[in-house]
Amino acid sequence: MRKLEVRELGRLPYGEAWALQKELAEQRKQGLIPDQLLLVEHPHVLTMGRNAHEQNLLVGRSRLAELGIEYFEIDRGGDVTYHGPGQVVGYPILDLREWKRDVVAYLRALEEVILATLRRFGIEGHRDAGATGVWTPEGKICAMGVHISRWVTTHGFALNWTTDLSYFQHIVPCGLMRPVASMESLGVRVEREAVHRAIVEEFARVFEYEPAHAAAGA
Amino acid sequence: MADVVMPQMGESIVEGTLTKWLKKVGDQVERDEPLFEISTDKVDTEIPSPAAGTLSEILVQEGTVVAINTVVARIGDGAAAPAPAPAPVVETPAPAPAPAAAPAPAPAPVVEAAAAAAVEESAGPVSPLVRRMARENNVDLAQVSGTGAGGRITKQDIENYLAAKQAPPAAPVAAPAPVAAAAPAAAAAAPLPRVEPAKVRVEAMSIMRQKIAEHMVHSKHTSAHVTTVHRVDMTRVSKARAKAKEDFQQRYGFGLTFLPFITRATAEALRAFPIFNSSIEGTNVLYHNEVNIGIAVALDNGLIVPVIHQADEKNIVGLQRSIVDLAARARSKQLKPNEVQGGTFSITNFGSFGSLFATPVINQPQVAILGVGAIEKQPVVIDDAIAIRSMAHLALTFDHRLIDGALADQFCLKVKSILESWSDEIL
Repeated sequence: MRKLEVRELGRLPYGEAWALQKELAEQRKQGLIPDQLLLVEHPHVLTMGRNAHEQNLLVGRSRLAELGIEYFEIDRGGDVTYHGPGQVVGYPILDLREWKRDVVAYLRALEEVILATLRRFGIEGHRDAGATGVWTPEGKICAMGVHISRWVTTHGFALNWTTDLSYFQHIVPCGLMRPVASMESLGVRVEREAVHRAIVEEFARVFEYEPAHAAAGA
Repeated sequence: MADVVMPQMGESIVEGTLTKWLKKVGDQVERDEPLFEISTDKVDTEIPSPAAGTLSEILVQEGTVVAINTVVARIGDGAAAPAPAPAPVVETPAPAPAPAAAPAPAPAPVVEAAAAAAVEESAGPVSPLVRRMARENNVDLAQVSGTGAGGRITKQDIENYLAAKQAPPAAPVAAPAPVAAAAPAAAAAAPLPRVEPAKVRVEAMSIMRQKIAEHMVHSKHTSAHVTTVHRVDMTRVSKARAKAKEDFQQRYGFGLTFLPFITRATAEALRAFPIFNSSIEGTNVLYHNEVNIGIAVALDNGLIVPVIHQADEKNIVGLQRSIVDLAARARSKQLKPNEVQGGTFSITNFGSFGSLFATPVINQPQVAILGVGAIEKQPVVIDDAIAIRSMAHLALTFDHRLIDGALADQFCLKVKSILESWSDEIL
C-alpha cells in the first residue's frame, strides 16, 4: 500500500508554505519522500492563478496592503482566490503516476474527499459540472486549483471552516460571481482538529493510503 | 527531429489551452525538462520535453486551445551545438511519454471539433495572447514587425516593441509588495471595512462562443459586406404552402414551412448566377459545381450552419426533410462533421423571430448569404388598386470584392420572380 505523510503546519504565511510545497514536490519527483498532505491555515492572502483575470480582483493592490492582505501570482490552475484564518487549506503533493495518470480524475477525487468530510458533519455538498470545487445550496464552500509537473501535484483545496466570508468581497472567487459559504455559516461548529482528522481519513480512503502521521511541521 | 505533442492528461480530456512556452525557438532542451504549460479546467500542467535537442519550431502559439495528440513543436537534433557538458545524467527513468499510448482522440464532439478546425484555418495571423497584449498595452499591431513563422507577430515581438518604446526600463509588474509585515494577529483584529458588492458578473465564453466570435470578426475583416434588400410577394407560395401543409404532416410526419420554397428558389438562382456559389482564393475565383446550401440554426447559446448538400437536386419535400432533420440534430449536437462542412452559400431565417430584415454576416469562405425576413400580410398597390398580400423582405449580403450591386440585384430578382410566380406543380 502506498504511504501518505501528513504535515499539519498550523498558521503559516502563504509564501513560506509555497516554498515548502516546491521543495517537497522536488523531493517527491526524485522519489526521496512518499506522497504528502500539508494542512495549513494562512493569514489573509489573495492568490491569482495562471488563468486569473485581473478584473476579478475588485480592489487595488495598495488597498490590499492597507487591509493587510498579501498578494501572490502563482502557478496553479484557476482564477483568483482568497485564503485566511478559519480556512483549512490542503496541499497534496502526490505522484499521480502511482495513482491514476488523470488530472480530471484527481480533481474529482479531491472533491470526493471534501464531500465525504462535510457529510460527516451533516453537510450535504455537491459538485457543479463545469465549476470544480464543492458547493452547498448556500454557496461555494471549497475552492480548488492544482499545478502538475511531471505528474507531481502542488496546490490543492481550501475549505471554509470558520472563514470570515466578508473577505471574499474583494474578489470574484474563481471568476464566478456566486456566493461563498463556510461550515460555520451553515451552522456547523466543530474543532479544527476534527475537520483535519476527517479530511485525513477521507483522503486516505479515497486515494487508498495507509497514512503515517508525521510530526507537525516536520 | 522529434515531434512534441499535446499529451493526454486524463481520460475525459480532449483538449487544453497551451498557456505558456517555457523555452524559445533555438533553446537547448534536455529530455524531461519542462517545455510548455497547458491548462485544463482547474489544473495547470508543465509538460516535459520528450527528447533532448534544440527547440527548432513552435507550431502553436500561447493562448491556443489544442486537441490532444496535436503536434505543438519540433525538437531538432542537438548534435550540432557543442555540448557544454558531458551528456546530462537523467536521474529518473523518463516517464513514458503518454501520447503514444493515448487512445484515439474520442470520436464524440464532432460538431465543435469541425467548427474549430474550420476557424483554425481562417484565423488571423496573430494569437489571442498577442492580440490581448496589444490591446492591453495600446499597441498598434501594424507598427510591430513579426519575427515568427511567416512573419507572425509573437509575444516576444510585442515585448521587444514595448521595451524599445519605454526608455527607462520598466520595473517588473508583479513584484509582490511585502505588505503584511505586521503580525497576522494584528491584521486579523483590524475590522474590515465593508466593500460594495461587485457591479459586474464575470463569465467565460464557451468554446463555441469564442469560435463564433472569431469567425464573425474574421469575416468582417475579409469581405467587403454590402446588403441589398428586396421586397417579395409571397402570396402564391403562401397559398401553395397552406394547401400542402396538412398533406405533409400526414404523409411525411413534418410540417411545411416557407424555408424550403426559399431554398428551392435560391438554388435555381445560384445555378443561373454561379458567381454567388463561389469563393475567392488569392486572386482566383473558385466556382463550385455543387450547390450546397447552409441553413443557419439558432442554438441555446450559439449558432451552427448545417449544410444541405446538392440542394439543387432536391424538391420541396426533400428540402423540408433535410431542414427538419439537420435542425433537430444541430440542437441535439448529433451532426456529423461533413454536415457542417462544404457549404457554398448560406441562408439565415431571422424572420422566424419577427425581424423584417437584417444585414447578415457572410459565412466564410462563401461570397454571399441570403437573409429571410418575416412574412406578413401587407396592403400593396397592384395596378393602382390596393390589395392584401403576404410580403417578405429578402436581404442579400454579398462580397463587394467579387460581386457588384447590379449583379446582386439581378440575383435577387431571380429569386423574387421564382417565388412570385410559384406554381403548385413544382412541389
